[in-house]
Amino acid sequence: MTGSYDYAGSFAGRAGVALADPKLRAAVASATSRADGNRLAVLESLADAESLKDLAAEIRDAVLSRLDVHLDMLAETWEHNGGRIFFAAGARDASDYVARLATDRGITSAIKSKSMVSEEIGLNETLESAGVDVVETDLGEYIIQLAGDPPSHIIAPAIHMSKADVAELFSQSEGRALPEDAPALMAYARAKLRERFLSAGLGISGVNFAVSEEGALCIVTNEGNARMCTSLPPVHVAVMGMERVVGNFDELAVMLALLGRSGTGQKLTQYTTLLFGPRRASEADGPEESHLVVVDAGRTNILGTEYQEALRCIRCGACLNVCPVYRQVGGHAYDPVYSGPIGAVINPLLHDSPQAAELAHASTLCGACTEACPVRIPLDDLLLRLRRDYAARHASVTERALYAAWSRAWAGPRRYGAFSALGSLAGRLTGERSFKRLPLPVLGRWTKGRSFPGFTRSASSKEKR
Amino acid sequence: MRVTLWPTCLGRQLFPGAGAAARRVLTRLGCEVDEPRAAVCCGQPAYNSGHTADAYRVAAGTLPALEDDGPLVLCSGSCTTMLARHWDDLFSGSELAGRAAAVSARARDFASFVVRDLGAEPRGMLEPCVAVYHDSCHMLRSLKERDEPRRLLASIEGLELRELTAPERCCGFGGTFSLRYPELSSAMADEKVDDALERGAEFFCASDLGCLMQIAGRAGERGVGLPGRYIAEVVDQAQASGERGADDG
Repeated sequence: MTGSYDYAGSFAGRAGVALADPKLRAAVASATSRADGNRLAVLESLADAESLKDLAAEIRDAVLSRLDVHLDMLAETWEHNGGRIFFAAGARDASDYVARLATDRGITSAIKSKSMVSEEIGLNETLESAGVDVVETDLGEYIIQLAGDPPSHIIAPAIHMSKADVAELFSQSEGRALPEDAPALMAYARAKLRERFLSAGLGISGVNFAVSEEGALCIVTNEGNARMCTSLPPVHVAVMGMERVVGNFDELAVMLALLGRSGTGQKLTQYTTLLFGPRRASEADGPEESHLVVVDAGRTNILGTEYQEALRCIRCGACLNVCPVYRQVGGHAYDPVYSGPIGAVINPLLHDSPQAAELAHASTLCGACTEACPVRIPLDDLLLRLRRDYAARHASVTERALYAAWSRAWAGPRRYGAFSALGSLAGRLTGERSFKRLPLPVLGRWTKGRSFPGFTRSASSKEKR
Repeated sequence: MRVTLWPTCLGRQLFPGAGAAARRVLTRLGCEVDEPRAAVCCGQPAYNSGHTADAYRVAAGTLPALEDDGPLVLCSGSCTTMLARHWDDLFSGSELAGRAAAVSARARDFASFVVRDLGAEPRGMLEPCVAVYHDSCHMLRSLKERDEPRRLLASIEGLELRELTAPERCCGFGGTFSLRYPELSSAMADEKVDDALERGAEFFCASDLGCLMQIAGRAGERGVGLPGRYIAEVVDQAQASGERGADDG
């Protein structure tokens, strides 16, 4: 499936691939509608969800404004708890560090719980080329790993696949027909994963929030797989984006109250895990070593800019579920890692390329994302700012020339009058109220799928009685 | 009350009936209506595409034509949003900033002006019919005007107003988005058209001419009978037949 999406090409091209896939569109539309319905219902159960969102935004802003202090503190408290910390400047530094952890210790088998930042740093590819066999243990991630697909949603990575798709995939992998039945398919994956949980030398996880004053990492899941990944293997490594910090447990509580509700429509996810470093002498379980990799990979460049609000993000996925564009095309149309409105904002900020920059246009600026965001990221405003960057740096000569010609023609009533007269002439010549195909190069794109009301014969709306 | 009525560029170029109807409705409600003939465009197409300097050039050219004292009524929630929310940014630091702010402060969408500023319920009547109202994203989320247009329509006798299943979902117009990604934009319109048809609508009504062009254009291309009408056109027709009804009686 990955093969059909051209990430060196345009969003338009990838959207076209998705639009031609009715199964994908049906799967995405129904899953996102359900998730968004659940979100709205469970937010209603809060006494004052809007104030809580304000508070969450304040907390995130306060952390971001002193992020260096928080990260220093986190290093100190995490090491005090017996953990080790590595600050990775680039994506490659981060994935190399994890690969070395394995190879230095002769580890060849790793298990992993869901982590978007690990996708961002290409961790699985790096591990595999270093000879480490890594298996995803989140069911959705397990599915897409088997399919060779990138995630198509921040929290529901296999959202583009139906139950039938999964049954077919598992059947192919197993070499026998498995029923199209969710419990049976889950039981199959669970049995497969169990062996790996018990034998892996390295456990890899993401981090939902690091608590800087406590030296603690919080991870939420619905499957409990993160607990296995962080406690069974002798070595645990957690990978986090450098902005995913809160100061203390009170702040964490606010984030958790919104994360589950906004993401899956749950008051809390099934499992909320707090990790305080490796197993202590008095404890029966836990890893011998706990490593924390803090990934920058372009985030520092966003701090202190007009885009800093994007770093508030807690990766709940609510903006994807509510987005009318994502609903039509799913996540693969955007980028192999981050999709939807937040992806359209952070991809251009993290990757300096025309392909990433174009994503700022993959939105109608309808504002539904901004309304859904639990930490009040003004996503539509940020997209608008990114479009300015796009216009300045990446817009084609034709695009610039068209806007310049348009603005000269419409800068005053005189030329505008001439423009209207031209339109009126076109209307007379065709003698129709509506056009099926427009002869003009840009406006011709309108009639790909829609009729056009046609220019009016009079430029004025003066009444004709 | 003296009112400046601006049908906006889409209104003048493509939907002359919209401005004409708004003018008749406002006149019936006792307003003295002026139209700023020299006003061209608020600059939104270029602004939303990131071409700020081009947006400024167009908006600055239009600004003087909109300067007046009374309320400035626009046949568009979207252009009203551009004035009320983005002109501040567009004109910031320019010598026109103060004048732009004065114009922005007077800007009102048609429905909001009638319901809130005039406190009017135009009433009127239509032959029994079923319609849906489509919320434009700017009306709904920027201007927070969910109820005003519905109140206008609810005051019309004979008009059964039904709610769409997903009234808050964008129709896929998005200005230049509709030209940049025509197939995607049309797919989004399809959902809106289907929703309206499933609700049994004979026509849909909107406060934004862009949405109107998008949804009606898609319905037209598909050959399904779902005309779109600007809200003032519906109110105007209802008022006119209401008056005729009163004369007959």
